Amino acid sequence: MNILNVSGSPHVHSDESTKKIMWRVNMALVPALLCAIAYFGLPALLVSLVSVASCVLFQWLIEKFIMKVPTSIGDGSAVVTGLLLAFNVPATAQMLWIVVIGALVAIGIGKMSFGGLGKNPFNPALVGRVFLLISFPVQMTTWPVAEGLFPMGFDVPTGATPLGAFKEGALGEGVTFMDAFLGHIGGSMGEVSAIAILLGACYLLWKKVISWHIPVAFIGTAFLFSGILWLIDPTAYMDPVMTILTGGIMLGACFMATDMVTSPMAKSGQLIFGFGCGLLTIIIRNWGSYPEGVSFAILIMNSVTPLLNRWFKPTRFAV
Amino acid sequence: MKTFRMGGVHPEENKISNDAAIEVMPVGKQMVVLMNQHLGAPATPVVQKGDKVKVGQLIGEAQAFMCANVHSPVSGTVLKVDTCKDAFGMAKPAVYINVEGDEWMETIDRTPDIKRECTLEPQQIVAKLKEMGIVGLGGATFPTHIKYSIPEGKKAEYLIVNAAECEPYLTSDYRVMMEHAEEVCIGVSILRKALGVPNAYIGIESNKPQAIAKMQEMAKQFEGIVIEPLKVKYPQGAEKQLINAVTGRKVPSGKLPIDVGCVVSNLGSCFAVYEAVQKNKPLIENILTVTGKELPSQHNYIVRIGTTYNEIIKHSIGALPETTGKVISGGTMMGKAVVNLDAPTVKGNSSVLVMGEKEARREPETNCIRCGKCMEACPMGLEPYLFSALVKNGRTEEAREHNILDCIECGCCFFSCPAHKPLTDEIRLGKNRVRAMMAAKK
Repeated sequence: MNILNVSGSPHVHSDESTKKIMWRVNMALVPALLCAIAYFGLPALLVSLVSVASCVLFQWLIEKFIMKVPTSIGDGSAVVTGLLLAFNVPATAQMLWIVVIGALVAIGIGKMSFGGLGKNPFNPALVGRVFLLISFPVQMTTWPVAEGLFPMGFDVPTGATPLGAFKEGALGEGVTFMDAFLGHIGGSMGEVSAIAILLGACYLLWKKVISWHIPVAFIGTAFLFSGILWLIDPTAYMDPVMTILTGGIMLGACFMATDMVTSPMAKSGQLIFGFGCGLLTIIIRNWGSYPEGVSFAILIMNSVTPLLNRWFKPTRFAV
Repeated sequence: MKTFRMGGVHPEENKISNDAAIEVMPVGKQMVVLMNQHLGAPATPVVQKGDKVKVGQLIGEAQAFMCANVHSPVSGTVLKVDTCKDAFGMAKPAVYINVEGDEWMETIDRTPDIKRECTLEPQQIVAKLKEMGIVGLGGATFPTHIKYSIPEGKKAEYLIVNAAECEPYLTSDYRVMMEHAEEVCIGVSILRKALGVPNAYIGIESNKPQAIAKMQEMAKQFEGIVIEPLKVKYPQGAEKQLINAVTGRKVPSGKLPIDVGCVVSNLGSCFAVYEAVQKNKPLIENILTVTGKELPSQHNYIVRIGTTYNEIIKHSIGALPETTGKVISGGTMMGKAVVNLDAPTVKGNSSVLVMGEKEARREPETNCIRCGKCMEACPMGLEPYLFSALVKNGRTEEAREHNILDCIECGCCFFSCPAHKPLTDEIRLGKNRVRAMMAAKK
């Protein structure tokens, strides 16, 4: 006689899993990674590898020796954190050891100290990035400039990002929209090519890992708000197209603000979340002391996510 | 194509027993007839040890308000009136009958002729349904005569027949439509008359084009029967969702379909209504699907109520495959896992679904990643992830405030959860606690 399993309904599952979702995000980051390697050469590849490897290693070490739980590195979330962290730093040789510290902060403080994937209130990669930005301001703002495809060796020319140049009053001279769209600009690895990021985002939309609400609200708000400022005074403010194509807005809106764990659940809450990110980014860019404000904007909005979840509920079937 | 407005999922349909015509399952040597095969109080046994009974004879009488009559599915001698463990391990009052021959009550019309004319008045129809022990065969087994006794001050405007059969695997309603379309339409007409509504709408999911064509053809011969093809989306056949799909109306929280002028009956019930009213035949048989991916053959049977699961398995497939993981009564989304295969079938059983070990296995649960898929899938617009946390932490009052009682337990949340959290289980637990809390307050 067989021994039967007994459990509550439903008895089937959609076959969706956290692991699949995380590996899809990794897939979606591949175009941007390839672009970064194409523009910045070997340092980009090495920084990414070191970042991913150290994130995975730290997660494994913490789970094994501190939390004493079965390891969950297979779910791919540490790889996502590693890639996003690498995308947020300059692809230079001196970053190789600094990014390890970033990985420790991202995984150790940003994620595992709260109990691991799903329990962290802030985006781990951004926690790591902001820590590095404050601790290593010089190294973190020495940006390589993507001048040609496939540069060889470690001596990549460095220069200001369009946003940095703008902050200094140079108004992003010589950078065209097409440069920014394709990635012929200075910046962190993941920021340079808008098209590679949009490609990845389309994949995530198609696979229903993300929905359009946060990216559209984020980029739309940034575009509108910077557009209004630009119309008021085009000599003092950057034009809106350049605003959304440069810096971290594309990467932030498509990959980091959309992080499921740290963004609101309801669609209405997601729109507010995206709106807040866009607004704060432009405020920090124009009136803050840093040239770029995407990381801070997302982290600030992460902190209000629990409130947004409380205030914005899904529409009930019938009241 | 019509559908409900929010949420829903699309599980693998697996209608592998679609083409198996309905066969008659032979009667066993001994039958156990449970006294509560319906929602409400158990029926009171009106036979004693040693009594001779015929097929269709009343053996359990409905004495409470929320109750239904129970009739003997076989002829023979009453062995004892005792209790019996049902399929889920609960002891229920039961009548044991030793089968002798197959002698039917003379009042039952056993001719194959189809009788279209119904001269009964609405009250007489409802009385007949009560007498024949008809209950809803969609799963809830709600006594049909109560549903069709419209309370004072309420008015029925729509009769909706649920033939969506949105549950994976199940094909019994499909087979009934294919083989008994005319009887079903007569049954629907009778119910339409009982309610006094102009139109009856039969909702069928569009993955059954042959059934839709057949029913549309048949409905032409009847007045006021409209066939509504519905989008293939689970839970299209859930009462509130079906009403929403067909009429656009929404049953408010805590209210009944009749509050928005709707009465919903399952397709199988309509067939039973036909047999009861036109043929004088009580509800003593189930039409059920015997199916499973690992079974050597797929079947649809007409089975006397009281036949045990083991007998059905033995007759249809010989024995359960070695790799069996679960046996389910009902579909994969809302069906219940059977504990006791020696238990008799009851009114409303629609299948014996055998799942393999692999198919039935639950993946280990991981942390919620707040992806919101449960919220997107919920057809009631609730927050399953939140209930899970509230229930685990004993925050029952908050669960109530977030309308946990609106949950219809369709299983869409658990189905779509990438962290494999047993959300539906936790919500069920929470609903029970909320009900207990509310009862204690009264």
